Amino acid sequence: MLLITCPYCGPRPEIEFAARGEAHVARCAPDATGDAIADFLYFRANTKGYLAECWRHVSGCGRFFNAVRHTVTDKFVTTYKVDDPRPDLAALVAEETAR
Amino acid sequence: MHFSFLSLLRAAFSAHQNWPEQWRSPEPKSSYDVIIVGGGGHGLAAAYYLASEHGIRNVAVVEKGWIGGGNTGRNTTIVRSNYLLEESEALYDHALKLWENLSQALNYNVMFSQRGVMMLAHTVHDVQSFKRHLHANRLAGIDAEWLTAEQARDFCPGLNISPNIRYPVVGATLQRRAGTARHDAVAWGYARAASALGVDIIQNCEVTGIRRGPDGAVEGVETSKGLIRAKKIGVSAAGNTSVIMDMAGIRMPLESNPLQALVSEPLKPIISCVVMSNTIHAYISQSDKGDLVIGAGTDQYVSYSQTGGLQITAHTLDAICELFPTLRRVRMMRNWGGIVDNTTDRSPILGKTPVPGLFVNCGWGTGGFKATPGAGHLLAATIAKGEPHPIAAPFSLDRFARGRLIDEAAAAAVAH
Repeated sequence: MLLITCPYCGPRPEIEFAARGEAHVARCAPDATGDAIADFLYFRANTKGYLAECWRHVSGCGRFFNAVRHTVTDKFVTTYKVDDPRPDLAALVAEETAR
Repeated sequence: MHFSFLSLLRAAFSAHQNWPEQWRSPEPKSSYDVIIVGGGGHGLAAAYYLASEHGIRNVAVVEKGWIGGGNTGRNTTIVRSNYLLEESEALYDHALKLWENLSQALNYNVMFSQRGVMMLAHTVHDVQSFKRHLHANRLAGIDAEWLTAEQARDFCPGLNISPNIRYPVVGATLQRRAGTARHDAVAWGYARAASALGVDIIQNCEVTGIRRGPDGAVEGVETSKGLIRAKKIGVSAAGNTSVIMDMAGIRMPLESNPLQALVSEPLKPIISCVVMSNTIHAYISQSDKGDLVIGAGTDQYVSYSQTGGLQITAHTLDAICELFPTLRRVRMMRNWGGIVDNTTDRSPILGKTPVPGLFVNCGWGTGGFKATPGAGHLLAATIAKGEPHPIAAPFSLDRFARGRLIDEAAAAAVAH
């Protein structure tokens, strides 16, 4: 089970949380057509590596927040509030390769 | 060599010391007519059907690990075709019909056992939706029966049908043609048959890139063993499909999640069929070796870790212990995870891609094993003709943009 640090409540076990998939997904424009609508509805980042994703602390504070996790090790790099800017994933990869 | 009673007898007299290798392990040639990426059951089956049905024998299967070492070797080996929608019924029953004659066709015992798959209903809603599935199946010519709780217990003795448990069994559907097969033997059987027809099976060869020409069409794959050229590439890489397709610049509507399973210590025969419960989430059958094979759920997040949280397996064992109180003291031997690629509509993607010469077979999610012969057969036909096979046509990649989803409610419960 993952240990997830809610930015509001601190570290809690994974069973308190619901994974909501890729973070920072923007709604498509009202006049969008086929491909753009499909992209918004059905296409999500499925990255092997660092992934910015959205979680919700359903059995806790109930709030949504974002996290960066490595999808091979399942290790969380950071969790942050929804309106915080997206962390620089490219920099994280560079840091990882430099190590 | 051909397996027969005589060949077994001959090998027995030489103390089984002289069995030849079942498939060749050649170094890759510089080019092939078709390259299949992924040496699981689906990929090997595709290579076999390309060679046997379409006369395309200059084929390579490239596998980053060992054949059948991914989800082919990690699933719970259940084969059934009682899906709800017409497109899925045609697809899965196509596979089931190939399963029925597979051991003979491959001259390799895949131990396909039509012991019946029983799906338990626990609530009024279950009964209504299962009966809907059952009638849809009958209209499609797929066998399906309704069992009362008592009939379900008679079909699988040991099942707890007490009305006093949290989710009592109120009935069940039964597909008698469904059952199990030996997962490794499926990969090995297809590998052996394909190799005999000239297909090169290249293990420990990871694809690192897809080379494309100026017109955008594929020219080959970059691998850890160098560039291998081919004008047609079939990707059948399950949980890693998004990674491979990304090399060709194609974004896939997939999310890869861990799906776990576990086996118990070997027991005397006790469970004679496959029992599934979508509502309380349990899958159980017994292998010929005697282990109870139990399917657990998917983890909720995207991961390539091939492992999952223990709370998922514990949740499944709660349900198993309630359904089969006699198993409460059985010890579990191993648990593991495989990475399954889920689509939003829980139906696979099989067909062409926007890149000329690149074909894909993915999105089988939690239920790919049952489709192994069918998926391989349809992928082979699609690659050979360059156009989707009629059964595969509804499962195209562009269905998401066209809004023609195949929202399969009878997919495995773990997928929902």
